[in-house]
Amino acid sequence: MPAIQGTIMPYEPSNDWQPTADIATLKQRANIIADIRQFFAQRNVMEVETPQLSNASVSDFHMRVFETEFNDPTSPHARTMYLQTSPEYAMKRLLCAGSGPIYQIAKAFRNEEAGKHHNPEFTMLEWYRPDFNHSQLMDELDDLMQQVVGCEKAQRMSYQAAFILYLSIDPLTASLSALQQKGSELGYEHICQHELDRDTILQLLFSHEIEPKIANERPCFIDGFPASQAALARISKEDERVAERFELYFKGIELANGFHELAHVEEQRQRFNADNSLRKNNDLPSVAIDELFLSALEVGLPDCAGVAVGIDRLVMLALDKPNISQVLAFNHRNA
Amino acid sequence: MANISTNEFKGGVKIMLDGEPCNILENEYVKPGKGQAFNRVKLKKLVSGKTIEKTFKSGESFEGADVMDMELSYLYTDGEFWHFMNNESFEQIAADDKAVGDAVKWLVENDSCTITLWNGTPIAVTPPNFVELAITETDPGLKGDTAGTGGKPATLSTGAVVRVPLFVQTGEVVKVDTRSGEYASRAQK
Repeated sequence: MPAIQGTIMPYEPSNDWQPTADIATLKQRANIIADIRQFFAQRNVMEVETPQLSNASVSDFHMRVFETEFNDPTSPHARTMYLQTSPEYAMKRLLCAGSGPIYQIAKAFRNEEAGKHHNPEFTMLEWYRPDFNHSQLMDELDDLMQQVVGCEKAQRMSYQAAFILYLSIDPLTASLSALQQKGSELGYEHICQHELDRDTILQLLFSHEIEPKIANERPCFIDGFPASQAALARISKEDERVAERFELYFKGIELANGFHELAHVEEQRQRFNADNSLRKNNDLPSVAIDELFLSALEVGLPDCAGVAVGIDRLVMLALDKPNISQVLAFNHRNA
Repeated sequence: MANISTNEFKGGVKIMLDGEPCNILENEYVKPGKGQAFNRVKLKKLVSGKTIEKTFKSGESFEGADVMDMELSYLYTDGEFWHFMNNESFEQIAADDKAVGDAVKWLVENDSCTITLWNGTPIAVTPPNFVELAITETDPGLKGDTAGTGGKPATLSTGAVVRVPLFVQTGEVVKVDTRSGEYASRAQK
């Protein structure tokens, strides 16, 4: 096929040395991050740093990890190490060791992610609150948003209520064929007709049909995700169909993901194993389970809630910048 | 044709979708923090000319479409086909009314047009951005009127109807923007 003249190849490295954010934006970004540190200092939450490069990685089926070889001078073999996709396991090990409330502002890395709201290397704010449930943590994140982004108090809605309100379908009880039919009616027959995974259809409908309709004026918390999308959240005691997991959305951006943290070591091991069987069924290599994390859980994770917030996206919202590159010194193309 | 995956989608890439060649216009990556990644893609169907938005699961592959654009001069129509010529090789290509579509009202002899070929057959004709055509019929305007006050309809030699300023008269040649179908100026003579 002939090359198309004049077409910009968006995935090629750029030869422009200039920052992708302007200097005024970087100054505002620095102020926002200083405000965040002050927010936690006032609340006696300790700042921590954990490794970005570790010996184990995540098993999440939809996560792709950067890996590299460590040429250990004391070992005859190079060792595979992984760039973290979030500091979750290491921070939970600190909690198990008795750290008390902690937060971290760290780089996280996700392979195969790039776009208007994604850069493969990004900055994450993650914090944990012993003795908080996910609802109390939503309150604290709401305070942070109002102070740092200057937005109004967030709205709250359950995952189930959002589907019923906007799509007239109950995500917890609808059959696979009902979800396939709903997706096809909305113009996604190409994906939904043959899709056998309920969660894929739910995620498609949520991101394409619900997200654009919520949180346009003020942020919106969605909580009570289906148990099948629990990740590392506890299953609700009141309703086993849902997990104590929430997400925060604002102006079309997914900003945060939080859990009432799963502390049960055997259940955690089962979820890792389930992730690995899903990987195997889809021809992906399985991931070695992080035994250090499980050993810590064995000792005991305090009852706590934790949340991860995309700092770059928070800065985008605070400064009204539509593209993540506009708030990064350099994006992946000219990194 | 090679298979093209969603992560190779970018402006100008041509794929086959539902049996029709399509040109990718935009490709937006949509991925929840926990969950399946999607690509929301804007494409132009090259036979029907329709622009559509479609979402794919990231990583899905499509057959590439053997589509290419050529710059050819318009020669004439025999009523059934419109004939174009490559000015370098003198090779001629005939396009049917489906391929010519709305471009028919902007075809001027010897003007260079873009012909889109799919598997060697013309499927679309794009006229130049500006063409010059003579007015065959328009109401006489008021004397002393200047441009910009509403104007009046004028029929051009190809049958196209555009709004022109009141001072432009039958027999004059005007320059028209074919993308918007709007009058641009009187032709420079």
